[in-house]
Amino acid sequence: MAFTENLSSVDGGLKSELGKKGIVVATLNELYNWGRRSSIWPMQFGLACCAIEMIATACARYDIARFGAELFRPSPRQSDLMIVAGTVTKKMAPQVVRLYNQMAEPKYVITMGACSIAGGPFIDGYNVLRGIDRYIPIDVHLPGCPPRPEALLYGLMELQRKIDGQTIEKTEWYQKGLKREYPVPECGPHGLIPKFNPEVWAPREVDHRKERYGEPVLIGKKDKAPNLDAPVAARPAATSASSASQPSAS
Amino acid sequence: MTPEEIKNKIQTALPGTALKWVRDTLLIENPQDLPKVANFLKTSEEFRFDYLSSVTGADYLQYLEAVYHLYSMEKKTGPFVLRARVGRDQARIPSLVPLYRGAEYQEREAYDTYGIIFENHPDLRRIFMWEGFEGFPMRKDYVQEDSEILEASDIEWLEKHQVQVPEGMKKRAEELKKQGRRAVAERPGQPEPQ
Ligand code: SF4
Repeated sequence: MAFTENLSSVDGGLKSELGKKGIVVATLNELYNWGRRSSIWPMQFGLACCAIEMIATACARYDIARFGAELFRPSPRQSDLMIVAGTVTKKMAPQVVRLYNQMAEPKYVITMGACSIAGGPFIDGYNVLRGIDRYIPIDVHLPGCPPRPEALLYGLMELQRKIDGQTIEKTEWYQKGLKREYPVPECGPHGLIPKFNPEVWAPREVDHRKERYGEPVLIGKKDKAPNLDAPVAARPAATSASSASQPSAS
Repeated sequence: MTPEEIKNKIQTALPGTALKWVRDTLLIENPQDLPKVANFLKTSEEFRFDYLSSVTGADYLQYLEAVYHLYSMEKKTGPFVLRARVGRDQARIPSLVPLYRGAEYQEREAYDTYGIIFENHPDLRRIFMWEGFEGFPMRKDYVQEDSEILEASDIEWLEKHQVQVPEGMKKRAEELKKQGRRAVAERPGQPEPQ
């Protein structure tokens, strides 16, 4: 989705002058977008620790209601924003894609936290998907681990800016042949099949991770078991016979 | 009670059980003795270890281990740690579910990630990974897939779902298929799996 700042044809200064006299000048487009941006209904679901921050954002202290997005809906059919808050495991990814498919147009996605952007701290895990953007298109990426509630509010404001930039005639969901349902991946013998959807995502040509951090180093490569019979030097508890871990019942 | 006394107590009650202290844990040399020892520790007046807090799998490269942490709610003692050691290829340990009901999910977890088979377990299925997953991902010799390179099965699936696949990716998958290899993640410092 191309991002364009909405520029009204009416001069901003003139508008505010007229506003002081009680005259409101607005285009239909502005009203339309104002209505949409002020009542975003997010979907009520969280996947890991980031969801806790999302909950905090919805509560009184940070109060996402000030931005018109307080109505968390427990059904994808009634919501138009999916906040992917947390780690997407490979077992969960098909369900997330299915939920996205079930949402009604217009629909937006915010990925909240490093996990849902790229796997986060679990990027090398066998069980964690390296970013939900492998299967569905994302509108706002929100980095952090976890992002603070202010960051989520900022992400929401960015999304509102994006909504402001859309025009009625050109919005995607009024176009013919719009394809906004994506095939739901399946669990295979080694991971998900497919590993990603090339229509949405493609691997980078250059591996920036390797460029920046170099080859991963395996510390102390081992090929046999440690000698557990050898005494432990640095642990005083193990040297005395009355270690706390043994029952001292008489 | 000193460790030696504990060991002697168990051995006098259950003659023929080979036990060995490994650091602060009690290694049961023959895993088949495990239910006997656990039953003794649970029922004997002296120990009363009535609560099994965790069952853990561990991979020590030459062998696998299951580690059990026992507590006594009655006497407020513990943890008392038992180890059972098995070979990588025939990893079979009798289940403790008949003794401690709480072991059920934890044994399933150890089975799922380390491939230790718990005999007489009422419902030994995978618990975290899905049905049809191959291999035991927490074992140290498990090789992960390379999640950036599509394989032939992925291409086939995508084409079945009418997704356009770029030519370069198709070519790469074909090459891999011809060589009969999977796209696996690199593990520097370790030999290529054949
Ligand atoms: S990004 Fe950090 S806080 Fe958020 S789900 Fe992942 S680990 Fe948890």
